[in-house]
Amino acid sequence: MSIEMVNVHKAFDDQEVLRGFSLTIPDGETVSVIGGSGSGKSVALKHIVGLLKPDEGDVWIDGENVGRLDRESVYQLRRNVGYVFQFAALFDSMTITENVGMGLARIAGLDRKKISARVEECLHMVDLDGYGDRMPSELSGGQRKRVGFARAIATQPKYLLYDEPTTGLDPVTSAVIDALIVRMGDELGVTGVVITHDMKSAFRISDRIAMLYEGRIRFVGTPTELQITEDPVVKGFIEGRPELMESERR
Amino acid sequence: MSVIVRSVEAIGSGALRVIIAIGRGGYLAVDAFRALRRVHFWGPHLLPQMSRIGVESVPIALFIAVFTGIVLALQASYTFTGAVPLYFVGTLVGKTMVLELGPVLTGLALSGRVGANIAAELGTMRVTEQIDALETLAYDPVAYLVVPRVLAGALMFPVVVMLANAVGVLAGWGTALSLLDMSSQEFQKGLQIFFRPWDIQFSMIKSVTFGITVTAVGCSFGYHCRGGAEGVGKAATSAVVVATMILLALDAFWAAVLL
Repeated sequence: MSIEMVNVHKAFDDQEVLRGFSLTIPDGETVSVIGGSGSGKSVALKHIVGLLKPDEGDVWIDGENVGRLDRESVYQLRRNVGYVFQFAALFDSMTITENVGMGLARIAGLDRKKISARVEECLHMVDLDGYGDRMPSELSGGQRKRVGFARAIATQPKYLLYDEPTTGLDPVTSAVIDALIVRMGDELGVTGVVITHDMKSAFRISDRIAMLYEGRIRFVGTPTELQITEDPVVKGFIEGRPELMESERR
Repeated sequence: MSVIVRSVEAIGSGALRVIIAIGRGGYLAVDAFRALRRVHFWGPHLLPQMSRIGVESVPIALFIAVFTGIVLALQASYTFTGAVPLYFVGTLVGKTMVLELGPVLTGLALSGRVGANIAAELGTMRVTEQIDALETLAYDPVAYLVVPRVLAGALMFPVVVMLANAVGVLAGWGTALSLLDMSSQEFQKGLQIFFRPWDIQFSMIKSVTFGITVTAVGCSFGYHCRGGAEGVGKAATSAVVVATMILLALDAFWAAVLL
């Protein structure tokens, strides 16, 4: 059981975003994907859950080729996957309780009491007790992001995909989210894929870190291996030294 | 030379956009048909959508119908004076309201109110990734968002149009009595003289297709919206323009086929 992306290519109109993206995420591991803005990290993540289909290549989850599944099978698969959106993507016509309970409502055999108890539990985990009756518009950006996190974990998925979970958050809230991501992996054995720019967070939460560069994975390794790499592109990125990356381009 | 090339390019890219929009709309329509069997997704949203699309549209539809009825009566009287018996005012008001102006004016007004609203709502959901979020939570967004809106349009447009027809005729009747020196019997005589039950059915058939058109076009432009606020604005505008054009073409089509 794992997530495996093999030689994935994806283009939008004339712009080729992924050019042979390959990455394997073994069960129980949390892998962060780093890379510059617009490098295609979110595009890669959306392939895992079938929101985008590759032009070429394959995406495998639990031995199933996501791009070739019919709609019903994709929905079955998605019940095992939680997705934390970059800007939370909360349903703005629903309360926080309804937002968090959306995925739970799709699970057969769960009555309202159980759903309500699980929603409260999830809101407690993200430190938002008592916010259930509010509307998303009444929350700050950080609170909305935490609600998005609560919604993603509510169904206790096997896989959690995080699209920049700490971007725009204050350091304390970032640390809370990081701790939750680590807890998901360590205590519940959830496999995580984290798209991030936040190097501090990446080092804190990741078993391995992969760097996406020019549509392909340039580097994969443990946080320690990343820190000692001599690859000028990777080094330039994590140290914020564009001149190193430029020298590679030349 | 470059002006010619640019013109050809502009026409070509415009045509391409139209073809793409038709293709996307076609795919969405097929998906919506397939999604009809997922009643558990759209069922709970049907009544609220019927209320939003139908009940909340009644005031604007009746406002238009009242003034249309008044103007029809006055213009008929002006046209008929001295040449045609005045009771034909009732005929003209009834026939024109039920066969043409009731469905068409209501449809056009609702393409603005309902079509733009749906396109803006779904467009906002698309650009803020709410539709993607639905997908990741294992919801079928077409069954959840598109089907209840289109069904509500198909069910509620005829109701709104029938109300508009009735109010338009009543407004014409009131005008005939108060401003045209006609008696109620005269107006009724004109109203009944060429009345056929088929006229009502014709009006309903038209309004069902108008309801489907306005809501489906709004859903298609909203669902496939791209970009931020600008994209949502464009989706809403395009939904109104395209729905209006299709609605007028349908109006002519039904007149040619059914009358």
